[in-house]
Amino acid sequence: MLQLVLFNLFNGLIIGAFYVLLALGLSMILNLSNVINFAHGNFLALGGYFAYVLIPYIGFWPALIVSPLLTAVLGLIIERTMIRRIYGRDPIYSLLLTFGLAFMIQDACRYIWGVNGLPLTTPASISQPLSQEFFFLTGYRLFVVGIVIIAVAGLFAFLRYSRMGMRIRAGVLDLDTVSALGINVRLLRSLNFAGGIFLAGLAGVLAGGQIGLNPNMGDSLLLPSFIAIIIGGMGSLVGTLLGGLLIGVAAAITTMFYASASDTIIYVIMALVLLVRPRGLLGEEGML
Amino acid sequence: MSVTAAGAVDTARSADRRWLVLAAIWLVLIAAPLWMPLIGGYTSLGTRILVLGLAATALNFLIGFTGVVSFGHAAYFGLGVYGAGLVLRYLAPSTPLAIVAGILLGGVIGTIVGALIARQRGIYFAMVTIAFEQIFYYIGYKWDAVTGGFDGLRGFQRQPIHLGAFVLDIQKNDLAFYYFVLFIFALVVGLMGFLLRSPFGRTLLAIRENERRARFLGISVNRHIWLAFSISSFLIAAAGALYALLNDFADPSSLYFDLSGDLVIMAVLGGIRNFWGPLLGAAVFEVLQDYISSQTVNWLFFIGLVFVIVVMFFPRGLLGFFHRRRQT
Repeated sequence: MLQLVLFNLFNGLIIGAFYVLLALGLSMILNLSNVINFAHGNFLALGGYFAYVLIPYIGFWPALIVSPLLTAVLGLIIERTMIRRIYGRDPIYSLLLTFGLAFMIQDACRYIWGVNGLPLTTPASISQPLSQEFFFLTGYRLFVVGIVIIAVAGLFAFLRYSRMGMRIRAGVLDLDTVSALGINVRLLRSLNFAGGIFLAGLAGVLAGGQIGLNPNMGDSLLLPSFIAIIIGGMGSLVGTLLGGLLIGVAAAITTMFYASASDTIIYVIMALVLLVRPRGLLGEEGML
Repeated sequence: MSVTAAGAVDTARSADRRWLVLAAIWLVLIAAPLWMPLIGGYTSLGTRILVLGLAATALNFLIGFTGVVSFGHAAYFGLGVYGAGLVLRYLAPSTPLAIVAGILLGGVIGTIVGALIARQRGIYFAMVTIAFEQIFYYIGYKWDAVTGGFDGLRGFQRQPIHLGAFVLDIQKNDLAFYYFVLFIFALVVGLMGFLLRSPFGRTLLAIRENERRARFLGISVNRHIWLAFSISSFLIAAAGALYALLNDFADPSSLYFDLSGDLVIMAVLGGIRNFWGPLLGAAVFEVLQDYISSQTVNWLFFIGLVFVIVVMFFPRGLLGFFHRRRQT
């Protein structure tokens, strides 16, 4: 029994970790630029595919960093050429634009790498189960959790202590004032966007090693990431982090009792949160 | 004095023109089965455009006239589809009953969801609507025993309509079905136009133009947004019910947020500030989709490109675009 509980908790933690990586990037972009990036899950897939291409040449470990960087560069180009032009306009335009981009990236992946799933080879050193009794504690899963912890800690440290991070946080609160203080807001938004895409690309490499690659691999993660943001509270990255872990674990625990409700439970939690606390767990009052 | 007189003449002239435009639109719609084959169309495509156009128009009640973006309205469309389909499949072989059931299912659930989310604004409102839509997608997808799950709900057919001694055979006769759909379309669109001209509709416009000022005037903004959401759910559910009749089939893709995106792009493509924009947008988008998917297997890429091009180059939509050109 204990084994079963731990198994499900750990599964929940893993899936929650993916939600967190994706949702944090979405949340960063949403908070500073007021854009919901529908293509976020497709950038995740791109990150995985870039790693698939790079691993034969440079190996897994460098690819773990280089593929998200490449994804971020592509994100930067798209931000500079297209998304930037709809900042400050009615939200309907950013939704439609990123919606269209999602279709385009998804179909491009299908065209280049095919409809069928592709495996992403991970190093043997992290692919072994660590113990017989707790068979689910494979090295790779622990590795995923470790990388996510490092990435999240790095992001929070960056936002808390670096000059750029402080500017981003200030911009979330009041972009006009930040701009009036002579800070290049366009650059700030571009880098913030690229940062969010980097996290999506990283999630793509990690998810590729876990479940393989396919053109739609981000789709099933995208909507739960929205839920994580709604539950955690708009405008709060800590809230997003908690929301992602919460729904991951809640879904896994529900699987133990009533498997077919595991997809629904996160929406039930969302509805309850919206009913009791419309701004989310840690959302700021002014964000609504 | 003369200024007022000139103004009055102007108003009378523009009112005249409005009636002319309206008459022309209905003439085109009524005559569609006659002229569509001439340009390579067919009646069932016309019916499909009418149904999706109705859905986009209903969505535009919220987007264009209340200023609130729902990106999850396929939920209430899809519930309309399933409501009608389930009645025909399990309850009674009656087309009117199916339509009423579809409208009620989508509308009532839209009203409940609206109550939960009316406090959200802007992009957050959109995000919450997407999230709620996913609930109904999962239910349609997972509840195999009732909804047929992924394969969809089959085994029902739209039924001929009995009007006393006269029977309108919408089951076998595509043309009769087109006019039946046009009739329902006219009812729903007429109701929507009536609501928009009422003081309630004017209040919604006020909220769209300046929410803060509307609040200062003592308008309960949240309640009005909730009502607008509810009304547009009822209206779009009617389109959903017709969609079930059109296809004799209901499947989870009618609840999926890809369809929501399609409906929003139809509205924007036609022009959200114009009552008839979404219908035009639906026609253009459907024909475009038909054409692109017949030309390439990578049609999704080009549909995405359509979204991007509309946002980048035609943000006011076709009607808004021509309107602006005429003014300059």
